[in-house]
Amino acid sequence: MTGTTTRTALAGAFALALALAGCAGGSDRPAPGESGAEVRGPVTVLAAASLTESFHRLGDEFEAAHPGTTVTFSFAGSSALATQVNQGAPADVFAAASPATMRPVTDAGNAAGEPATFARNQLVIAVPKGNPGGVGALADLTRPGVKVALCAEQVPCGAAARTALDAAGVALTPVTLESDVKGALAKVRLGEVDAALVYRTDATAAASQVDAVEFPESARAVNDYPIVVLRQAGNPTAARAFVAYVLSDRGRAALTAAGFQPPRA
Amino acid sequence: MTAAGPRRRAAGTPLLDAHLVADRGGFHLDVALRVRAGEVVALLGPNGAGKTTALRALAGLHPLAAGHLTLDGADLDRPDGRVWVPPERRPVGVVFQDYLLFPHLSARDNVAFGPRRRGADRRAARARADAWLDRVGLAGYARRRPRELSGGQAQRVALARALAVEPTLLLLDEPLAALDARTRVDTRAELHRHLGAHPGATVLVTHDPLDALVLADRLVIVEGGRVVQEGDAAAVTARPRTDYVARLVGLNLHRGQADGHQVRVGALTLTAVDRVVGEAFVAFPPAAVALHPARPDGSPRNTWPARVAGVQRHGDHLRVELDGPLPVSADVTPAAVAALRLRPGQQVWAAVKAAETRAYPAGG
Amino acid sequence: MPVALFVPAGLGLAFLVLPLTGLLARAPWATLPQRLAAPGVLTALRLSLLTATGATLLCLALGVPLAWVLARVRFPGRRLVRALVTVPLVLPPVVGGVALLLVFGRRGLLGGWLDATFGVTLPFTTAGVVLAEAFVAMPFLVIAVEGALRAADSRYEEAAATLGAGRWTTFTHVTLPLVAPGVAAGAVLCWARALGEFGATITFAGNFPGRTQTMPLAVYLALETDLEAAIVLSLVLLTVSVAILAGLRDRWVTGP
Repeated sequence: MTGTTTRTALAGAFALALALAGCAGGSDRPAPGESGAEVRGPVTVLAAASLTESFHRLGDEFEAAHPGTTVTFSFAGSSALATQVNQGAPADVFAAASPATMRPVTDAGNAAGEPATFARNQLVIAVPKGNPGGVGALADLTRPGVKVALCAEQVPCGAAARTALDAAGVALTPVTLESDVKGALAKVRLGEVDAALVYRTDATAAASQVDAVEFPESARAVNDYPIVVLRQAGNPTAARAFVAYVLSDRGRAALTAAGFQPPRA
Repeated sequence: MTAAGPRRRAAGTPLLDAHLVADRGGFHLDVALRVRAGEVVALLGPNGAGKTTALRALAGLHPLAAGHLTLDGADLDRPDGRVWVPPERRPVGVVFQDYLLFPHLSARDNVAFGPRRRGADRRAARARADAWLDRVGLAGYARRRPRELSGGQAQRVALARALAVEPTLLLLDEPLAALDARTRVDTRAELHRHLGAHPGATVLVTHDPLDALVLADRLVIVEGGRVVQEGDAAAVTARPRTDYVARLVGLNLHRGQADGHQVRVGALTLTAVDRVVGEAFVAFPPAAVALHPARPDGSPRNTWPARVAGVQRHGDHLRVELDGPLPVSADVTPAAVAALRLRPGQQVWAAVKAAETRAYPAGG
Repeated sequence: MPVALFVPAGLGLAFLVLPLTGLLARAPWATLPQRLAAPGVLTALRLSLLTATGATLLCLALGVPLAWVLARVRFPGRRLVRALVTVPLVLPPVVGGVALLLVFGRRGLLGGWLDATFGVTLPFTTAGVVLAEAFVAMPFLVIAVEGALRAADSRYEEAAATLGAGRWTTFTHVTLPLVAPGVAAGAVLCWARALGEFGATITFAGNFPGRTQTMPLAVYLALETDLEAAIVLSLVLLTVSVAILAGLRDRWVTGP
C-alpha cells in the first residue's frame, strides 16, 4: 500500500468523523477563550501530507509532555484542508505546506492570530535506489528517454518545481503532473519514472527505496510551512500549547530529523 | 446439411429406430421406439412419465446413457460406439411446448432461421419461410413479432419453423397444451392435416388422450420411464392394460383370473362377453354401470353391493365413485341421482351387463 | 398510499440530489461563459468521453464473453471466479492503479515484455487511461450481463440448436439479442463508472493535460486552487453525462 492510499483513507475517515461531530454538536467541549486554563483534552490538527511522519512523532511527544491531552491528526493536501477549515471543520490547529495554501484561511478570518513559519522544505530529485540513470543535475532530466514526474502547478510542490526549473533555465516535459507529492514519489518507487522533483522530507521518508539528489536551484524554491491556531478551535489552550511545542527546540529537532530545514531566523 | 426428404426405404423398415436409455436426476428412461416414414406416433403418458426426456434425447438435447438412436440408416446417438451427433447437425425439427419463437425476430425470420442456418442464402431462406407461412395460413403475418400473434398463430409459426428445415424426424412436445379449448379444436384439425402431409417420421408427446387419438397413427403409452402399452387407437382404447390408460379412455379396469367367460376379481366373479383362460383384464365403461337401491330382480349376473364414495359433475351426466368389493366409476343421469337420493356413504347395488364387459389376456 | 415506501424513497432521492443542489448553488454563474471557454476544459471533456467510450467497448469485448462463461458453463471454481470478477468493486481504485502498474508498468509482470516485444508502454498514455477505467468498470458490465443471461430462458438456445445453429451462431443470433437490454444496462453503468474514474487513472496513467488528464483529474486539481473552477468542471461533466444517458435510455426503452 502506498502513502497515497493511506492518506486517502485517512481523509475519508476524517470526513466521516466530521459528519459525526457535526451531528453530535460541541457542547461537551470547554468554551473557547478561557485563559490560564490547564492544558488537557483533545486537540485536532489538520496538517499537510508531507508532515505525516514528523507530526505523528511530535504528537506522541506532546501527549507525553502534557498528560491528559490527546492529539488527533488529519493529513491531506493543504488546499483540501484549507477548504475543510473554511467549511467549518471542528479542528484546532492548521499546518499548511505553503503560505499560499494558508492564505484562504487567514483571508476568511478563520485563523486566530498570525501564522508562524515552523519549518522549510526544499526540493530534491528523487531517483530509484542506486541512481541507475546517473542523474546529477536538473539538466540531466531533459535527456531523451528519461521519464520525469512532477507535481501539478496547482499544488505547492509543483509550484516550487516550476520556480526551480525556471531558475535553472531547464525546459522539461514530464510524463505526468501528479496531484500531490506522494503520488510523484510513488511513481519513482514503482520504477515507472526515472526521476521526480519532490520535497527532501518525502525523499527522506522513502529513503529505503529512493535516493535524493540535491541540486543548487532548489534554494530558489524553498517552501515555508506556516502553522496557526484556528478561530473555531474547541480547545484553544491545548491548541496554543501544541503550536508552541512545534515551534520549540524539541519540535524543531523532530522536524530536522525528518529532512526539514529550520525557518529563517 | 440440406435436409432432403427421407430416402426410399424397403417397405416395413422403420425410418426411426431408437432404444432410448437415459437418466435424469434419479429418473430412468428405457423406451424402444420405431417409427415408419409418414407415420405419426404419440408418446402418451402422465406427467413425469419420461415423455419429454425421450423427446429431448431424440432431438439431441439430452445424451443417451445406453441404447441407440438411428434415423434413416444413420446413427445419431450410440454410446457404445461413441457416436453422438449434436442437435444442430441432426435432420430433426422440433415444435416446443410453448413454441419458443425467438421474440426478437419476425414470424418470417423465425421460420427462415432454420433454412438460413442450413445453408440457404437470405433471399432463399425468406422465400421458403414465406411459402411455409402461406401453407399454415399466415401469409399476412410475416412481419409480426411473436408477441403480436395469438396462441394459435404462434403454434402455426412454430410448426412452420420446424417443418421449414424439411426434417426427417419431426418432434412435437405438447403442441396444443398452451391453447384455449376453442382454438385447440381448430388447431388440432389443422395440425392433423400438416402431419399427414409430412413425409418423414413424426413423434408427438402429449398427456392429452384426445390429441393422441386424433393426431397419431399409433400410440405408445409411457409410464414410469417404460412403455406399458402400444398399438393403434382402437386396440389401446378397447383393451387398456394399466389404470392410467383405462382412465384415459374412460373405462373401469380390473385384473383377475379368467376361466372361459367367468373372471374372478377378488371375491367377485364377473361374466364377460369374451372367452379367456388365465390372467386377464376386465374392462367396462362407467356408463354400463347401473345403480339400484336394492338387489335388482331378474338379476343380471354382474351385481354387487357398493358404497357411494363421491358424486361429481362429468359433462351432462354425473359420475359416481363407488367403494366396495370392486371400486368402479358409474355414469348416471341427474334424474337417477335424484331418484336414488345418492349421497356419500349410502349403500347401493351396482350392476353391469355381461354384454358390455370385455375381458382379454393380461400376460405378454 | 404506501407511505412506508414513499417517505424513505423521497429521503433517498433527496440524499442523492441534494449534493448536486449544493454544486448548483455555489456555481459561479456570472463568470460561467469565460470559465467554460478556458482551454483545458474542452480538452479534458473530450478525453473523458473518448476514454470512457473506449473503456466501455473494451469491457463489452471482454466482459460479455466472460459473463456468458459464468452464466452458461459449469466448471470447477466458478464461484471463485465470480467472486474475483467483483474484486475491482471492493479494491480502492488507487490500489487498482498500483496493481495495474505492477502488471503493465515498466517493471511490471507483462509491461517489460510488452515494451520489448511490441514497443507498447501503457502508463502515462491515453491507452493507459482506457485500461484503468476498464479495470474498475468491468464488474458492472459482467454482473449486469450475467444476471440477464441467467434470467434468460436457455431453452431458446436449445430451439436454435434444433434449427441447425451452432454455439457461436446461437450466441450471436439468439442469446445476445435476448439479453440486449441487460447488455445495454451494463454498458451504461460501465460507461458512467468509467467517466467518473479517478483513483486508478491518476495512479496508473498519471495526469497530463490532453493525454491522460480526464475531467475528474482536472476537477481534483482545480480543487487545489480554485473551488469555483472545480464546480464548473463538475457541472460540465454532470450535464454532458446526464444528457447522454437520458438520451440513450429513451432510445432503448422505446426501441424493440
